[in-house]
Amino acid sequence: MGGNDKLVTLGGLADPLFFSAPIDTGEVQFEMLRRYLNSMLRIRLAERRLAEARRDGLVGGPVHLGVGQEAIAVGVSAALRNSDRVFGGHRSHSHVLALGSNVHGLFAEVLGKETGLSRGMGGSMHLWDQPRGFYGSVPIVAGTVPLAVGAGIAAKLQNSGDVAVAYFGDGAVEEGVVHESLNLARVSRAPVLFVVENNLFASHMHISLRQPSDSTARFALANNIPHHVVDGNDVVAVAAAAQALVSGARRGEGPGFLEAVTFRWYGHVDWREDIDVGVHRSLEELNDWRRRDPVRRLEEGMVAAGCWSADQTVELTEQINSEISVAWEQALADPYPDPEAILDRVYAAAGG
Amino acid sequence: MEGRTTHTYGTAILSAFEYLLENYPRVFVIGQGLWSPWYVGSSMTDLDKKFGVERIIDTPVSESACTGAAVGAALAGMMPIVVHPRMDFMLYATDAVVNQAAKWSHMVGGQAHPGVTIRAIINRGGEQGAQHSQALHSWFAHVPGLRVVMPATVADARDLLVASVLCKDPVMYIDDRWLYDQTDDLPPIVESDLRLEGPKCLAEGTQLSIVAAGHATRLALDARDELARQGYSAEVIDVRVLNPFDPERIVQSVLKTGRLLVVDGGWRNSGFSAEILASVVERVSPNAMKIPARRITLPDAPAPTSRVLEKAYYPTSDTVARSALDMLSRS
Repeated sequence: MGGNDKLVTLGGLADPLFFSAPIDTGEVQFEMLRRYLNSMLRIRLAERRLAEARRDGLVGGPVHLGVGQEAIAVGVSAALRNSDRVFGGHRSHSHVLALGSNVHGLFAEVLGKETGLSRGMGGSMHLWDQPRGFYGSVPIVAGTVPLAVGAGIAAKLQNSGDVAVAYFGDGAVEEGVVHESLNLARVSRAPVLFVVENNLFASHMHISLRQPSDSTARFALANNIPHHVVDGNDVVAVAAAAQALVSGARRGEGPGFLEAVTFRWYGHVDWREDIDVGVHRSLEELNDWRRRDPVRRLEEGMVAAGCWSADQTVELTEQINSEISVAWEQALADPYPDPEAILDRVYAAAGG
Repeated sequence: MEGRTTHTYGTAILSAFEYLLENYPRVFVIGQGLWSPWYVGSSMTDLDKKFGVERIIDTPVSESACTGAAVGAALAGMMPIVVHPRMDFMLYATDAVVNQAAKWSHMVGGQAHPGVTIRAIINRGGEQGAQHSQALHSWFAHVPGLRVVMPATVADARDLLVASVLCKDPVMYIDDRWLYDQTDDLPPIVESDLRLEGPKCLAEGTQLSIVAAGHATRLALDARDELARQGYSAEVIDVRVLNPFDPERIVQSVLKTGRLLVVDGGWRNSGFSAEILASVVERVSPNAMKIPARRITLPDAPAPTSRVLEKAYYPTSDTVARSALDMLSRS
């Protein structure tokens, strides 16, 4: 018996020479496509602004940028509602923005301002916007995965029909708690969508140096969890898969697992491309992946469908950029938290 | 007395669970062994039968995920109690407790609070060895954002559990199997605000302050009886709430007696006993002390297995009484 016969692998999904054509927009309505494009561009341009600001020394702490990965958060969020419970990780700007958080709140948080999403207490790695369904993000790899399972168990006890979402990466599946969480979610039939943004790298290290297979969906298989493996740079494909899994979870069928294959254009942290520090990360490969650009492919898919033009993209980009500039200037001018915040926010102020 | 019910420490905990589950639909319990709670003495008997397996969730062998799940459920509006029948195994869940629950409020600007209760049971002795024995309250009391309580009495076993679950913050509630057979007659439950709870004087005295928490408080009370038989008057202060720690009541006592003996069921180095001593040193002039303060702790070694070594390892009320008598006879 060949031990590897049944090992799930990504095949062409991990090869940037495939899947670079305009995406097939299928039956998706124009209004939805326009929203996808708007949201993805907004995320990309906001992160570009943060990259520049970090490079120029205006941002004091680390920023983990997800440029190149925008389609995943936008596609998943299309299946969600405000009462759902979304948890993220260190690279979560896209997760919170895709739920509709405002760019100013993100910028102010990254700058440590009182007006930020976490009132200036969290920074880039601790984002919070619970009214929009974003329960929080943390940089301890896999730290929020069990929290999402608990939020799903809560939704089941509350009979709310809501789902929890855990965003994590291909590196996080190397943490033991992810496997406990998959198992616990499955045996308790918790409505949880596990979303693996598989960008093939954990920090500097390629997945081939870390795991026996490049597809993390094998762990869904091992736990008998329904799963989809998709081109993570195809927002339509991501949205369709997320919708199918979320619908099942809302119906009481338990957890789902979505593996979305992508690539980050920046290095693990901050604005550099990290060609020099990556193991198996070459400029050539990065350039190949840039041809699988989720934004451009959506735009071209819309143009091919006859509902969009390149001029409109230029116009939309200008409009978003000017909103981003206003948000950035505002965030720069905003106040920092008072020093009292250090002690005042450790415990709940009100009892009960 | 009318309206009072006789409880052991174990059934007092059970009555707190029943009270919470009956009165608060948002309360649920998650942990290993809950559908066959032989791990936890009399403290959880038949909860699954009374309240259903949906709310009393027995789990896979996954301390880390289950504790994380309780934290996440708390953020989603529930009032979860996660049960660790033995504190040693809970170390797998340290990330959920220390990195997530304790820091959440602060990290998100005070906009969300994971009001989870983590019940950690100290269960040792009986030749169970080094990994079935630990009292790690000092570790957890070190972490801002995590409230840590250690009930020493039958009343507190019940009432501090109720207060912990009603508190909006994450609370580690540490009970001790060596206390389960104590009995007391308890009045009906009155809910209290954990933020207002703190060290309490359990028995007044004039010549020596003995400060302890959890099972060590029991040793202190027994030692006090022995001291009384020998004509000495000792005051026993039960710490009860280790974090946030308010030493005021302890300081008052030491200012009165001029003698301080700390008893702690944990190790010595960087242990909670040191925090008690430091808090007194910072507030009480050396001139007010009749004799330097002392502490009784475990030796700085893992728990041994054989009964002979166990006997040498764990302090008893006699250890406490002898140290106290020595202090009193020298000053």
